[in-house]
Amino acid sequence: MFCDNVATVHLTDIVNKKKREAHLCEKCARERDLLPETAGKAIDLKALVNLMMAPDPAQFAPSATVPVALQCPKCGLTYAAFKGEGRFGCSHDYDVFRSVLEPLLERVHRGTAHTGKLPAAARDAARVARVAGLRTEMASAIASENYEQAARLRDLIREMETAQ
Amino acid sequence: MNLDTLLPNLGEWLRGTGPESDVVVSTRIRLARNLADYPFTGRATPAQKSEIVSKVKEAIARVELPFKLDYHDVPAMSVLDRQFLVERQLISRELAAVLEGPRGVAFDDKESASVMVNEEDHLRLQILRSGFALDDAWTDIDKLDDALETRLAYAFHTQFGYLTACPTNVGTGLRGSVMLHLPALGLTKQIDKVFRALQKINLAVRGLHGEGSRAFGDLYQISNQVTLGKSEQKILGEIKEVILTILQYERQARAVLLKERKQAEQDRVARALGTLGSATMITAEETMELLSVVRLGIHLRLIDDVPATAVNQLFIQTQAAHLQKLVGHALDGEERNAARAKYLKARLRDIGSHR
Repeated sequence: MFCDNVATVHLTDIVNKKKREAHLCEKCARERDLLPETAGKAIDLKALVNLMMAPDPAQFAPSATVPVALQCPKCGLTYAAFKGEGRFGCSHDYDVFRSVLEPLLERVHRGTAHTGKLPAAARDAARVARVAGLRTEMASAIASENYEQAARLRDLIREMETAQ
Repeated sequence: MNLDTLLPNLGEWLRGTGPESDVVVSTRIRLARNLADYPFTGRATPAQKSEIVSKVKEAIARVELPFKLDYHDVPAMSVLDRQFLVERQLISRELAAVLEGPRGVAFDDKESASVMVNEEDHLRLQILRSGFALDDAWTDIDKLDDALETRLAYAFHTQFGYLTACPTNVGTGLRGSVMLHLPALGLTKQIDKVFRALQKINLAVRGLHGEGSRAFGDLYQISNQVTLGKSEQKILGEIKEVILTILQYERQARAVLLKERKQAEQDRVARALGTLGSATMITAEETMELLSVVRLGIHLRLIDDVPATAVNQLFIQTQAAHLQKLVGHALDGEERNAARAKYLKARLRDIGSHR
């Protein structure tokens, strides 16, 4: 990683059986001459090799080499096995492999966070958190003597607590 | 277990009566769910898979549903019965023949709701409907999912949503598929153009039996690829929009056929019926191609004495496992082709005598 932008350029390089990966945003890739000026297929190979061979570990993201060593303590799935099968072994893998998973999800789904249906338990938890937030808001409304706002919040809290 | 009782029946989804049924054969939604506290099926031990089966069976027996689900154990089933359920769209080819260990399927007598257990994910819920019915199918599957969840703790992640063995299904775990009959787009050579456009917007196109299957008889399944980052309503809404466009294209192409070559189409339909009713050997592929012509003929009103339901039925009942169950014993390739021809002849004669 070179900056905080979403990586859209993914490079993989294998030298002496050692695999290294780099993930860059388009701007960083352009700055390092990895992308041709006009939209074309050719990549500047020399610039690519230079980047991969960069001695400065700060410049070449060290975390990009870590996935190879990742393994789930619960189900034992290794990164290599995941890459081979494309399947996870258990729920924990989603956290263990998060660093490599998120770029993958971005590519496949163009998104990394669920926005759909929630199980009832999660729905309840979300409601509890929301009510707690409203209570804090109500307290500060009372503190600042904004009683109209506080009354509105009180009604909203009541409504949410009696719902379901 | 005796699946033979299912044989004369027909899944409700095959009635061919639902909305837009001139083009849309059926609608299917599936949800992938996994139980918390167990490794995914691929890494579960046989003992764990057994426990999962018992938990799901118990949940199914106890929850309140508008239909009754009966559980069928797959390892205890003959190869023929498994293939039969694949042809009925009630189980996947993987559950039937690739996966190992304790696994099964529960479905209702209308064959519209099913729950596969220990497929790639612990649970694969499915609702099948006749015609274009994504909203109704969603309402049904949402209820089924809610009901099962009261008895089963699902693997759910606050960021990633419903967790699945394959990250391509994570999030909603939802796959909506609509099976379309597109003979006119095929005839006017526009079909590839339609599909290229679909792939650009991330919708997949498959044949009758899902992934990897060929599109025989102009039957195509259109489904979503993206399962994460969009709500269920949004995913289904996007499919709906695309299907409505394809519907329009297909109907336009049919109108052009009627206008420009009605006589030739009439002839093609008559010949297709003729071959189906008089062949003594016929492959599944040829049968599907000819049935497709007949189905188009019905919807173009070139023939009015063959009901659409009968054609839909024949698409399924002339497939290998159905034929062998109808005959009552195993058949090799050639015998199957002869049995298929004999069955078609009898069925068409039957339809003709009711004219």
